[in-house]
Amino acid sequence: MPKITFITSDGTERIVDAATGQSAMEVALDNLVQGIDGDCGGLAACGTCHVYVDPNWIGKTGPAAPGIEQEMLALTDNVQETSRLSCQIHISEELDGLVLRMPEAQH
Amino acid sequence: MTTQAEHAEIAWTIPLDKIDVSNPELFAAEALHPYFARLRKEAPVHYCAESAYGPYWSITKFNDIVAVDMNHKVFSSDHTNGSFVLDDTTLNAVEGGISLPNFLGMDPPTHDVHRLAVAPIVAPHNLLRFEAKIRERTKDVLDSLPIGETFNWVDRVSIELTTMMLATLLDFPFEDRRKLTRWSDVVTTRPGYGLVDTWEQREEELMECLAYFQKLYDERKKLPPQPDLVSMLAHAPSMQDLTPTDFLGMLVLLIVGGNDTTRSSMSGGAYAASLFPEGFAKAKANRALISSIVPEIVRWQTPISHMRRTALEDFEFQGQKIRKGDKVAMWYLSGNRDEEVIDRPMEFIVDRPRPRHHLSFGFGIHRCLGNRLAELQLKVLVEEILQRYSRIEVVGEPVRVPSNLIHGFIDLPIRLHA
Repeated sequence: MPKITFITSDGTERIVDAATGQSAMEVALDNLVQGIDGDCGGLAACGTCHVYVDPNWIGKTGPAAPGIEQEMLALTDNVQETSRLSCQIHISEELDGLVLRMPEAQH
Repeated sequence: MTTQAEHAEIAWTIPLDKIDVSNPELFAAEALHPYFARLRKEAPVHYCAESAYGPYWSITKFNDIVAVDMNHKVFSSDHTNGSFVLDDTTLNAVEGGISLPNFLGMDPPTHDVHRLAVAPIVAPHNLLRFEAKIRERTKDVLDSLPIGETFNWVDRVSIELTTMMLATLLDFPFEDRRKLTRWSDVVTTRPGYGLVDTWEQREEELMECLAYFQKLYDERKKLPPQPDLVSMLAHAPSMQDLTPTDFLGMLVLLIVGGNDTTRSSMSGGAYAASLFPEGFAKAKANRALISSIVPEIVRWQTPISHMRRTALEDFEFQGQKIRKGDKVAMWYLSGNRDEEVIDRPMEFIVDRPRPRHHLSFGFGIHRCLGNRLAELQLKVLVEEILQRYSRIEVVGEPVRVPSNLIHGFIDLPIRLHA
């Protein structure tokens, strides 16, 4: 079972178990990780599951996809190079150990 | 007047092609829900050939609304293609209306430039800055209310709090703040609904709004940048070629978006507290529920009934052929009552699982910019209410806004219990 580390903007870490096939947003919601809202339910339509993928992991998750994910991120505060919408990160065994940092607030 | 029961009967028996859910009278009577229920069941993508606003499509199911809202390449918001509301006169120079272009009525890339110019006003550090002020004002307003006497909650609480907030965002002269309320109401109306008598009067009042803000703009242009919306527009490098028409368009968007919407949620929340007293009692006993009550208020009330798009090409959607140029209304008010997505949607449920999954803020690139500020204002209001009252009681028939856009109240007669 892959493990994912969520780190809040003040540095608090939570390591949680994920199931393959879930999105990172769903993993956060299932484990009541504070700082991910996921209002739209996983369609990249609201921008409230914004995360910064640890630079060591961006090669495996890939960057934000063209289309709605990039369009929504373009309107989001404090976007960085490794910004993703976590509902678009699909968990696989390959992502065991993934580290995701969260912005100060979701918008 | 047709009663609610009669409306329910008509809604399920009238020929489908005669259903026109854009009729403001249905909103004034809050008689929409049975019509929407029938459309969701029998014609979720429905064509109305004749209405006061011309022919239009209605999208009434939650997931269909999300799909249209996200497909901005086919379903345009741009004012040059139409408008983002069914009534073209609200924002375009047709019939007697005037042109009020703004970023909600723009497609990318211009949309992004205009939106990003004002987005910092609701960034997290500004929300933190606002919270203490919001709390102080909310306490003052609630402390001024009578106990055991009937008063209009809309005027004393909803309008007062949202107008003060808007005055702060714009750094608008505080003693003149009710002008903002008036301009907000004037934008979304047309002659014949009790607010303005003629098109000329509407235009005159909006020009008065422009002149008032032009003065503020000119003053702030000369001063160093300040964190208020007028100063931000005066100093944003991307906004330097704003024409007076663009400026007024932007202002009315900020005024309506920051005013009518949260106003209606504040009224709807009080109404819900009265209709669902067991939920109110539950919330009093468990304040942790506030984080789900706030989005539930926004869903249950749905302050904006619809947003409209215009099809840029022929598009087949759920078996229906939408043609290039057709008007498409996404009825958020209906999608938020879609029983296939929302359990017991007509009920106000204080501990609803996943309460944030609602349509009231829209989805996609036009999603509400001020949603977090709205939630903050509501959170503070709910917290302060729960500390003060044992019960909120609506003691008469509410008077509703006769509008297919603004889903709100004019009069909500309320009695508070200590």
